[in-house]
Amino acid sequence: MLASLPDAKILAGGQSLGPMLNFRYLMPENLIDLNRVSELQGLSRLPDGATRIGAMTRQYQLEQDAALHREIPIFREALRWVGHYATRNRGTIGGSLSHLDPAAELPGICALLDAELGVQSAAGRRTMSIHDWPVGFMQANIGEDELLTDIVVRPWTQPHGFSFLEMSRRHGDFAIAGVACLLAVNAQSKIEKVAVSVVGVSNGAARLRQAEQALIGAAYTDDLIRGASQEIEQLEAPADAHHSGDFRKRTAKTLFCRAVQNAYEDAIKRRPAQ
Amino acid sequence: MTTLHAVEMTINGQSYRADIEARMTLADFIRHSCGLTGTHVGCEHGVCGACTLKVDGRAVRSCTMYAVQADGASVTTVEGLAQPDGTLHPVQQAFTDCNGLQCGFCTPGMQMTIAAYLEENPDPTEREIRELISGNICRCTGYQGIVRAALDAAQKLREAR
Repeated sequence: MLASLPDAKILAGGQSLGPMLNFRYLMPENLIDLNRVSELQGLSRLPDGATRIGAMTRQYQLEQDAALHREIPIFREALRWVGHYATRNRGTIGGSLSHLDPAAELPGICALLDAELGVQSAAGRRTMSIHDWPVGFMQANIGEDELLTDIVVRPWTQPHGFSFLEMSRRHGDFAIAGVACLLAVNAQSKIEKVAVSVVGVSNGAARLRQAEQALIGAAYTDDLIRGASQEIEQLEAPADAHHSGDFRKRTAKTLFCRAVQNAYEDAIKRRPAQ
Repeated sequence: MTTLHAVEMTINGQSYRADIEARMTLADFIRHSCGLTGTHVGCEHGVCGACTLKVDGRAVRSCTMYAVQADGASVTTVEGLAQPDGTLHPVQQAFTDCNGLQCGFCTPGMQMTIAAYLEENPDPTEREIRELISGNICRCTGYQGIVRAALDAAQKLREAR
């Protein structure tokens, strides 16, 4: 249908597209509703321990899934910030990734976990890393005749701490900035492995690779974290009527320091007793 | 070109059917086609929460869902909250007791949101309630009475169990 219908838009949960249509912001000739495509819904476990999430899995389903919460607890933490209770009952992970609002939480979590995305068209299926997904402002690396079908995430196998922090004017509003962090420590309390992603200060789904490199192998100090947060300065943060790009970056840097500290303290607590 | 679609759904236990355009929102269907005007339409873009109702047991915004998507569904609106004999739902009673409403515009959405949530989380904290109703805008009350009403209703519902 996507390949044959003129000017067709995919309707997932409709929590972003719905308002855009109501505003006549978009007036597509055709809407293709995926809400009754059961193959795109739900979570399944792959043989290697990864979790495959169907693109039409609703945000509340991710929030309530006990196995996902056990293995990747940062999902539930971040989902609290995704829209509101009633919008999470409709909103989907695939819709969130495809819409790719720079402030959206789920692309940030997918980047944190190095998610693999499955994309399908009448011509066949391809997979790509989340890191190749954003190609511009609210623009995903997907053809007009292609559909995001699934997202594969792998939990970290070693014990680790996590933190998700976000700043917005009202809970559930679009984030000014948000930071997600996973962090593991070794027996000497040094940072062994760390992943940090930010939302609101780039085109979405951005990992802070330089900051991660600066932290790995180091002992935790406030100065180290503050120094690492400087990578955020290099990002091109979008500005809007409420917040300048600079304000978003300053907010993100503060959140970065707090999130890394939280994740570090959490990692120390969760480290197995020696 | 306007194609009409036959849609049938159960609203508050009663069956409704109509031939409608695919673009008609569930909120407009319920208000205009079914004449159930308890569901209020505020912002019409999923921000204010006034049009919240339950579809197959889950709270959703009826302004960002199309009526054709609810074909075959079971819908509950604020009209379906009270008992058939008029006895108010504990959430409605608590709104009355705690001054949880003034002009009443946001009230149906507030009550549907809170009623649905309390089925999932019967013992919420005040913080959880504030987070919950962050998706529902009220311009009169300052929210204090609504938060009190939600906590009061939660307690009454727990006691009734």
